[in-house]
Amino acid sequence: MTEKPEPPRSPHDSVNRYVVARVRDVPPGSRLLVKVQGREIGIFNVDGRFHAVLNRCPHRGGSLCKGDILELVVADRPGDVRLDPMVKFIVCPWHGWEFDLETGQSWYDPASRPAGPPRYPPARRFDLRVEHGVDLETEVSAGAAVAGDEGATFVDPKTHRAKGPYTAEMFPVDVEDDYIVISLRRFDPVVAAAE
Amino acid sequence: MTEAAGGQGRGHVWSGAVVDADVHAVVPSIQSLYPYLDDVWIQHVEEREWRGPTNVLTYPPALLLSAREEWRPAAGNLPASDVSMLQRDLLDPWNVERAIVNCVYSIDGGPPDLSTALASAANDWLIAEWLEVDDRLRASIVLPTRDDPAAMAAEIDRVGGHSGFVQALLPARSGKMYGKRLFWPVFEAIERNDLVAGIHWGGSNDGLPPTPQGWPSWFVEEYVAEIQVFEVQLLSMIAEGVFQKFPSLRVSLLEIGFTWVPMWMWDLDRNWKGIRREVPWLNRPPFEIVRDHVRFTTAPLDAADAAELAPVIEWLGSEKLLMFATDYPHAHGDDLSVLLDATPEAMRPKVMAENAREWYGLARPDR
Repeated sequence: MTEKPEPPRSPHDSVNRYVVARVRDVPPGSRLLVKVQGREIGIFNVDGRFHAVLNRCPHRGGSLCKGDILELVVADRPGDVRLDPMVKFIVCPWHGWEFDLETGQSWYDPASRPAGPPRYPPARRFDLRVEHGVDLETEVSAGAAVAGDEGATFVDPKTHRAKGPYTAEMFPVDVEDDYIVISLRRFDPVVAAAE
Repeated sequence: MTEAAGGQGRGHVWSGAVVDADVHAVVPSIQSLYPYLDDVWIQHVEEREWRGPTNVLTYPPALLLSAREEWRPAAGNLPASDVSMLQRDLLDPWNVERAIVNCVYSIDGGPPDLSTALASAANDWLIAEWLEVDDRLRASIVLPTRDDPAAMAAEIDRVGGHSGFVQALLPARSGKMYGKRLFWPVFEAIERNDLVAGIHWGGSNDGLPPTPQGWPSWFVEEYVAEIQVFEVQLLSMIAEGVFQKFPSLRVSLLEIGFTWVPMWMWDLDRNWKGIRREVPWLNRPPFEIVRDHVRFTTAPLDAADAAELAPVIEWLGSEKLLMFATDYPHAHGDDLSVLLDATPEAMRPKVMAENAREWYGLARPDR
């Protein structure tokens, strides 16, 4: 067996923080699809809370980020139906599977396999922060964070149609603005909660 | 191997206990119910020269499927129309521990008061001429017309306390889906009386074609198409949340086999994952709910090759779902050796007796 040759290193390999959008460009109820290091990532603003999710459903690879965002419908019995607004799902447009936006957890397949590990992993989430341009400016100029990347595309939350292209050039880090910064390391809800 | 080709008799095939979860009692004539019928209805029947419900249309006596050859009585008698036939044909030679008697009396349409009177008469006839004659028998309650769920519930309450009744019989063809809230008082009464809801092949053809697409030309179509009617009934009960509303409700699907169940339930589980939000009370995969609340009798077997049947049984995902039934006197060509060969050894006693014993509480002293 031969060793696989090391892939050529990108100048961004040492950097895992990407400035992907201005906060004011992603108002509540909207979403943005960005491409970072070849990955399509959906940035969601749900009631003022931001989420970043890989645009790939762990079930069959559907464009997860183009699905509806719905609240959990709960009922203990017929005739007692209500919404639980505390739980938000991104619903895959392919098969309707629901993934918790907070954790990426699918609410289904684990339940159908009471024994053994779940067949499908959670939907992949990314660490996402809102930071002020003043802080970022230093970081970007030092090469510790990357402003924009290969371009980003708006997706209309109602029609799911892309409105792009919205190129990286449109994100010069402006000290007067707040920015959405995502990290490509895997989101770990336990660590995030501890933070 | 099998002693009798075509599955006639238990022979050397099975030496363990047998509980037969579906045998039939046929009302021989409307006159045989006169002792249990109020005079007003006797006069009504006599004046109109009415011959009674048309259940012979479902299983015309001369039809090969209507009775196994060795279970055909002397000319002039309807198969399964007397308890002595059942004893002679099945209970004694098969050494049956318990048999559940289902009287498919097609009175689930028609004038409501007559229907109610005939249901009560049929149940009193079952008590007097079957249950009290042979202690090996348990029975299902005959219910009046589907148009009167309150009367259905009242009849369940009237006779449900009799220790011989373990089930109430719901004809598969009801014109309305059993999951609808209209029928909830019936399930409430069934649960209240600690009975099983038995959905059984048939139903009156009073205004109802046997398929949702209308009237078939031939019996073979009616016979084979019935599965879809059961599917819709079970689906309705699952989706409408009947098993959440009545958490101790037990349902038996009778005389429809089971080979259709696993793939059909797989499809429901799959779609539930995607459109669960419509039916949020289903908080777990529907097939799991079915495994807790539903049982299936084995007849008609719908398989003649044990190797083909074995994966279907495995796919059921539970050893508890199947209850052996001869469907006496009907002749579906079931070969008991095929069923047994396709069933894992440890599961065979469950299918042949234990599952039904547990489901109907047959080992309980009050049963």
